Amino acid sequence: MSEHHIKLPEGSIEKTTTTLNLGPTHPATHGVFQNILELDGERIVSAEQTVGYIHRAFEKLAERRPLGQITVLTDRLNYCSPPINNMGWHLTCEKLLGLKIPKRVDYLRIIIMELARISDHLICNSIVGVDAGAYTGFLYVMQYRELIYEIYEEVCGARLTTNIGRIGGFERNFNDIAFQKLEKFLREYPKVLKEFETLFMRNRIFMDRTMGTGAISAERALNYGFTGPNLRATGVDYDVRVHTPYSSYEDFQFKVPVGTTGDNYDRWLVREQEMWESISIIEQAYQKVQEFKGTEADVFHADAPEYYLPPKEAVYTEMEALIWHFKIIMGETNIPSGEVYNSVEGANGELGFYLISDGGRTPYRLHFRRPSFIYYQAFEELIKGSMLSDTIITMSSLNLIAGELDA
Amino acid sequence: MLTNEKVQTRLVEKFGEQVSNFQEPYGMLTFESPKELNLKVLNFLYDDEELKFRFLTDVTAVHYPENKGKELAIVYHLHNLSDNLRIRFKVFTDINTPDVYTATGLYSSANWQEREAYDFFGVNFVGHPNLKRIMNVEEMDYFPLRKEFPLEDQTRVDKDDEMFGRG
Repeated sequence: MSEHHIKLPEGSIEKTTTTLNLGPTHPATHGVFQNILELDGERIVSAEQTVGYIHRAFEKLAERRPLGQITVLTDRLNYCSPPINNMGWHLTCEKLLGLKIPKRVDYLRIIIMELARISDHLICNSIVGVDAGAYTGFLYVMQYRELIYEIYEEVCGARLTTNIGRIGGFERNFNDIAFQKLEKFLREYPKVLKEFETLFMRNRIFMDRTMGTGAISAERALNYGFTGPNLRATGVDYDVRVHTPYSSYEDFQFKVPVGTTGDNYDRWLVREQEMWESISIIEQAYQKVQEFKGTEADVFHADAPEYYLPPKEAVYTEMEALIWHFKIIMGETNIPSGEVYNSVEGANGELGFYLISDGGRTPYRLHFRRPSFIYYQAFEELIKGSMLSDTIITMSSLNLIAGELDA
Repeated sequence: MLTNEKVQTRLVEKFGEQVSNFQEPYGMLTFESPKELNLKVLNFLYDDEELKFRFLTDVTAVHYPENKGKELAIVYHLHNLSDNLRIRFKVFTDINTPDVYTATGLYSSANWQEREAYDFFGVNFVGHPNLKRIMNVEEMDYFPLRKEFPLEDQTRVDKDDEMFGRG
């Protein structure tokens, strides 16, 4: 390291370090969190991360909300892929309630979750490009994230904070336009992803900027609680979808891409490869969905009258449905007591929900295991001794999402 | 292949009656130990050649105000990645002396999670390298996720509990 510094005569000048505040609102942090960096010239001596700028006390809020009303809180965790959070929450509730979910719902959920994964990885990877000086890729792929958002819109009516699905299934069946848009996406996106990949993958400048920076060993990564693409980039093939399959992931064929060095370049490659796998999973799921015929093709929710809202026509004409409607809206249903931990493979890693119910109408305690909160601790170790400009790339390649950090 | 029964047997062999209350809610082995033993148990779970619970998934705390003398629970979720088995380990502490040994020496990931538990519940992790608030401002002098802080304004009259069958 010493050869990078100008040699001054001994005692001629006192060596000082500079303190630099990176964040909380800085365009390069892509979110609201602060880094107090101690710099020796352009090299990082130490870093102190401060989080909590957008802490919204979701865990406390959840203690006064019936299960169905907590979904909207989960939207705001990782806001680059809210459907995965929503589905994770529904699956947790369903595990607690012991609901049996029809296969078609599982497959539809997988389509939505994998779309969300693609949109998340797409943002992350293109932002890494932006921070390395390649703006074009980011602007180009944005229109394909738009296609994904349009599919969300057809399914649930919202784009960013989706609140997609309900406990037991979906609020309505996917319409034809949703499937048309999905087909359009599957038709057009692979070509674009290939182009995007060509732009970066063997790009000399990009490789020089990302290889060897922000690296972590598998052992340290595990000790730091890394999960998801960041852990897989170090060579550990841990994926919740494979280890603890949920929502019928066991019915699908896909690879778990891993890296070797755990540096920024490997993280980028792992995410890139995961997008290809996600496309393949969506294709498989779409095919499986099309195989349902007759009445089976209309199934979009489980039979769970206590938690799943009845159709509006029934509410106006039937006593039973009216009662359920009222009870669900007012949160009058007692949930069974129990303690459940359920996790899904979020775009950033293992997104866990630890739900304790004492038999009341709301959770007694709800804790979110937010992957980026846990792996952001390693940031100082990742950047120590590296250049300031590499720090920015490391930060974006970890895919830190302020909403998820703070909950 | 590691199973819940095997983990339980190993733990009982090692710690005898110190580890207790074995349950399996939704298939996950759950047990507790006295709070003084938390590091010993975690170390054993980590080091033992058969158990190898080397991945700390999650640390959090829960407040049970009715549970006199054991008001705060610290809950560890551990994962053995090679055998793919998860367990849940709890220690309970008195709320007036909420001192529990930190797991940061064993798992680096415990650092912020313990800070969060301190911030929300006031669990004092003894030996923690940097135990200060993480989400809330440092000037705060209470622990907001404890149950004595109800969320809704209790003076609200437009939402009479009796009207909703909760009276």
